Amino acid sequence: MELTEVGAMLADTAERLFTAHAEEIDRAAHEGVWPEAAWAAIEESGLPLALVPEAQGGFGVPPREALMLIRQSGRHALALPLAETMIGNAALAAAGLSLAKGPVGLADSANARVPWGRHAKTIVLGDDVGVQRHVGLDVSTQGTNIAGHPRDQIAAPAEQPSSAGAVPVLALGALARALQMAGALERVLEMTVEHVSSRVQFGRPLAKFQAIQQELAKLAGEVAAASAAADHAADAYASGAEDLTFAIAVARTRIGEAASKAAAIAHQLHGAIGFTREHALHRFTTALWAWRDEYGTQRHWTLIVGKRALSAGRDGYWPMVVAA
Amino acid sequence: MTTDLRFPTPPSHEGAEALRHEVRDFLANVLVDRSSLRRADSWNGFDRDFSRKLGQRGWLGMTWPKKYGGHERSAYERYVVMEETLAAGAPVASHWIADRQSGPSLLKYGTEAQKEAILPGIAAGETVFCIGMSEPDSGSDLAATRTRATPVDGGWNVTGTKLWTTGAHQADYMILFCRTSGSPADRQAGTSQLLVDLKTTTGITIRPIIDLAGQHHFNEVHFEDAFLPSGALIGSEGAGWEQVMSELAFERSGPERFLSSMQLLIELVGALQDASSEAAELALGRLTAHLVTLRRLSRGVAAMLEAGANPGTHAAIVKDLGATFEQDLPDIARSLIDAEPDAASTSDFVAVLAHITMNAPSFSLRGGTREILRGIIARGLGLR
Repeated sequence: MELTEVGAMLADTAERLFTAHAEEIDRAAHEGVWPEAAWAAIEESGLPLALVPEAQGGFGVPPREALMLIRQSGRHALALPLAETMIGNAALAAAGLSLAKGPVGLADSANARVPWGRHAKTIVLGDDVGVQRHVGLDVSTQGTNIAGHPRDQIAAPAEQPSSAGAVPVLALGALARALQMAGALERVLEMTVEHVSSRVQFGRPLAKFQAIQQELAKLAGEVAAASAAADHAADAYASGAEDLTFAIAVARTRIGEAASKAAAIAHQLHGAIGFTREHALHRFTTALWAWRDEYGTQRHWTLIVGKRALSAGRDGYWPMVVAA
Repeated sequence: MTTDLRFPTPPSHEGAEALRHEVRDFLANVLVDRSSLRRADSWNGFDRDFSRKLGQRGWLGMTWPKKYGGHERSAYERYVVMEETLAAGAPVASHWIADRQSGPSLLKYGTEAQKEAILPGIAAGETVFCIGMSEPDSGSDLAATRTRATPVDGGWNVTGTKLWTTGAHQADYMILFCRTSGSPADRQAGTSQLLVDLKTTTGITIRPIIDLAGQHHFNEVHFEDAFLPSGALIGSEGAGWEQVMSELAFERSGPERFLSSMQLLIELVGALQDASSEAAELALGRLTAHLVTLRRLSRGVAAMLEAGANPGTHAAIVKDLGATFEQDLPDIARSLIDAEPDAASTSDFVAVLAHITMNAPSFSLRGGTREILRGIIARGLGLR
């Protein structure tokens, strides 16, 4: 994809920040603390506003390219609520509410487990009624997902702010996870290729064994499918597709399956080395296992696609697939 | 590394959706009496009349230069015609091979005389091709070819046997891959491609080979001192391997690589209208997400072809994923609907289930086995 100047600049900035602060972010995630300096640098860079239209305080990066930043964060298994903050700000802007201060806790219902809820300065809640912007809410129950990322229950607000707009926050959160998974899967493939190329057994690199090559080819297929499915949903968002939610449902259904299959192959090919806390692979695979069921589970999104397929009927099925 | 395996965004063309509806209307009209079972056999449906009608519409040789009977349209428009034709279960066997690979190969490597003589007939839906690659001792190991064309006065003398040659008994021409110098130990070196006129060349015997579904598509094609004129050489003598690899990229790139079971999926959706369950919704959701994604990947390959890029590795990925999707379908269908598969059944679902079950093994064999494709993907990843 050819990037605009502003898009390329943001992508460079993001890569530099994700790499420079990787250690701090990783350590903070392990110790359950907030990486103050890393987040401050990310906020300073303007990344949290990348999905906001220029007229509402963004800086004119095309939406398709802004979404690539979320994918890029997935390539680093970034343990920060950057995707949530980008989506949260976009939802606030779409609903005509003022933008968030600090990291956003993005919630698709009042009793959702909110990513990084304890660190969020603004809670953006979007449901069927509309979008609400909350500040100063307390965490009622702290928890984590299986990647060890905070997932917290938020206490009910003392008074309800008014709801605005009709923004599909659940679907947009799901889109973020789809993109993050596609990015993480790409990195998992690279790591696995690197590992089998350098690890020598029986006197030759693992990569020279046909059994290994066949498994890697399967892994590459799943990663390619996930990548295409994420692109499909991102294109639907950028083009203002009428049925954005369905495109996201398709993407999440396919990418969730790819995440399961790819993580299994990657671990098999990494052997015991990849099953340690010390090796980086688990940061990606545990995130994939968690992400495939966040902002709607695998089952939730698959059922949406299945019901649509069934209701299209025998003669309407193929036209429905083409229009999806 | 992986950036090389990214699939480009599918192309779009103004008018492509209008073309799609034109094709759908045409097919609805022409195929009105075609049974579901026969639609399931789209690939093997041999119907010169149908191919001629497509040719008259300008839907064959779509991307080729006008001077060879082509229509200079985009790869994406061609893609639209191909996928609509297959999804409708149209009988494509008499034009598919020529339009997909033999024609493009001739366009790329053929002599001016060959292009002028052959391509207009393909674009008109008149000329049928078959592919002379596999041999009794040379399936996946194509470089082990033993069929030999020996240079003689004014041409070539060919002796050898080609096997599992789809449609040879109905074809007008074959593109023959064979050895023209050296020995089988030289592997890829010393191989060439020759254009064989099956209707006029003497010394060729074509015998049927019946497949496990009881149908006659395969053939054994035996050459015994068959004479081919020197003008039969396609491209350069000794460059056969490079040419045949390029041809296989065409063969592996299209939507036929995941639409073989489409009729079964359609009948399954129909059968589930009165037998739905959450399990059915989950299964259909999964299959549909796969199909939408496969379409996007496949159209990405079309974009690469249009840009003149070599989609060898990408095409292998689509075909590998596509064949798995197609082959999984019968068992998924069986898990959702009670049926004893029977091609003679009056139930369209049951008949099509039988047909696809019997043909499914071929999906990951034809056009390059699953193992060969995965080897190609591994090479694309830099492992080989």
